[in-house]
Amino acid sequence: MSGQSTTNPTTAPAPAPVATGGWTGAVRRRAVRALPPDKLLPDTQPAYMASWIYVFGVLTLAAFVVVLASGTVLALRGPAWWHISSLGHYINSLHLWSVELFMAFMVIHLWGKFFMAAWRGRRALTWITGAVAFLGSVGTAFTGYLAQQNFDSQWIATQAKDGLNAVGIGAYFNVMDFGQMLMWHIVLLPALVGILVVWHLLLVRHRGVVPPIARRERSAEPAPTAEAIPEPVLSTVPDADQAPRS
Amino acid sequence: MRRRTRDAEPDPYSFGARPYDLVKEFTIAMVVVLALTFALAAVFSSPDDKPLTIAAWAKADPGDFTTTALAELDGSSLTAGYGPPYNAAANGQKLGPLSLAKAAGVTHPIDTAQAFVLGPLGSAPQSAQVAAALSTYDSASADQQGKWTSVYSDALTKANGDPTKVAAGDYGPVPILLGQLLVQAQAGSLDGVLLSEGGFYQSDYTLPLLFLADGSDLAAKASADHLTGTQWGMMNETGNFPGQAWLWLYTFWYQISPYDHSANADALVMGTMALLVLLFVFVPFIPGLRSIPRLLPVYRLIWRRHYRERRES
Amino acid sequence: MIGMLPMVLGTPVDLNSPGHYVHWGVIQISVANLVVVGVMLLVFILALVLPFPRGRDRK
Repeated sequence: MSGQSTTNPTTAPAPAPVATGGWTGAVRRRAVRALPPDKLLPDTQPAYMASWIYVFGVLTLAAFVVVLASGTVLALRGPAWWHISSLGHYINSLHLWSVELFMAFMVIHLWGKFFMAAWRGRRALTWITGAVAFLGSVGTAFTGYLAQQNFDSQWIATQAKDGLNAVGIGAYFNVMDFGQMLMWHIVLLPALVGILVVWHLLLVRHRGVVPPIARRERSAEPAPTAEAIPEPVLSTVPDADQAPRS
Repeated sequence: MRRRTRDAEPDPYSFGARPYDLVKEFTIAMVVVLALTFALAAVFSSPDDKPLTIAAWAKADPGDFTTTALAELDGSSLTAGYGPPYNAAANGQKLGPLSLAKAAGVTHPIDTAQAFVLGPLGSAPQSAQVAAALSTYDSASADQQGKWTSVYSDALTKANGDPTKVAAGDYGPVPILLGQLLVQAQAGSLDGVLLSEGGFYQSDYTLPLLFLADGSDLAAKASADHLTGTQWGMMNETGNFPGQAWLWLYTFWYQISPYDHSANADALVMGTMALLVLLFVFVPFIPGLRSIPRLLPVYRLIWRRHYRERRES
Repeated sequence: MIGMLPMVLGTPVDLNSPGHYVHWGVIQISVANLVVVGVMLLVFILALVLPFPRGRDRK
């Protein structure tokens, strides 16, 4: 085994894990503790995941990949290409429709997650990263429309400037500056959305998919992530929902 | 640790598990999305309405062009009176007591007379007549310039915006300057000149866009395409294409009181949306809002098999 | 390549004609957007009510 032990061998108890590897070792141990391989890529899922509503997260992710891929192809030939090439126009169409699918799947996923109160059980950050990713996506789409370099862009730019100028943002974020908007659209915002998506996914793997809302409330203690409203008892079968915590 | 006592959810696997192939699921999702995307793009394509150029505007509507150019010259155009970030002619909008626009300052200063009229005229080779007119205008006092533009403005209005039908009068060099500007615009040089005023390499279309937006043709085309504010235009796209439907709530406020008649409408809408965004992002911590899911029966539909099996076991 | 199809076939459905709009009080919405939102709601409802295939193994 590599690494140096600083404990006294004669008084040390039964082998405890030695903190080796400095910062790297510490980061590695923390990462593996948060997401051991079979938690990162499990080959099972909880039995209660028996609804088609659960496929919209992965559909959103797949659409995101297609958005990035079609955008990458557009980037290869530059922002004016799609106006002069029919292949370019088709790639632009792929980009537009994959964005429509992305936004549609994401919103359906959001509806499902809201109605499931999916933030329960210390999953508030999962909700927050998802919500901010949604907002980032809206911003990415907005700057994308500005980057089209056609009549639509002209109109959107000259209109949107008023909203942004009214609160001072326009002084630093000029929607009529094509170069700036293009860079926000292809660098800054996709990076933000990408980071949030990865974080969101890792959180889902780390915490697991939220269990069903318990039909009968045990806890009456209000807490940021706990349900506080008692529900009427729906059956006479003893409540088997609350399994022992691991 | 304090957090553990708030952990009111059971372990996800405490209700049983089934085998599930995540990678296969993702692969299937990719195939489905790719197929849908290729099909939608092939069937519907995407919109690409050509941009309005200053040349096209000047050719199609020389009256509106001239009226707009005059407004830039005499400081009565939308841009000239805008305030921050373009100039200090106004204070910008307020959000309650906050003057955020004013606080951000004039970061993109524009002298409309210089930027849109005198600069483009001065940077092109001119006939002796136009050169003399420029010189006369430049050396006149601000008062004198104001008198000329004011009288010409009235006369132009009387002629229904048609510079060829303006009655004779003492307008100084103004008609010659605007007439030459129109010629330059119709020849296409203004589009390039306005863009490159900042230097050889440019990516900032602020000047040509503001000039177009100060006229009426851009807005007229937008109105025909249902893109204006009162038409919920923010959500729309040219033609029959779907637009940014997710902007529905942002554009909704503009349609109702008090936003629809407020001088600070944009700031108020931004403020309202900022608040709603906070509510949306922090739902897990907002009492009442976070309880809505359990008051509605949707979750019972989602987990009906789980609840049924619990009941039966 | 699929990408060549539009060049060969042209676009089957031309959405470039003037848009159609629905008015309801202060609300104005394009038919295109209405269709998109309608399909989303339909898909959402279907996702909720359509039965999910039973898993083969239960642990």
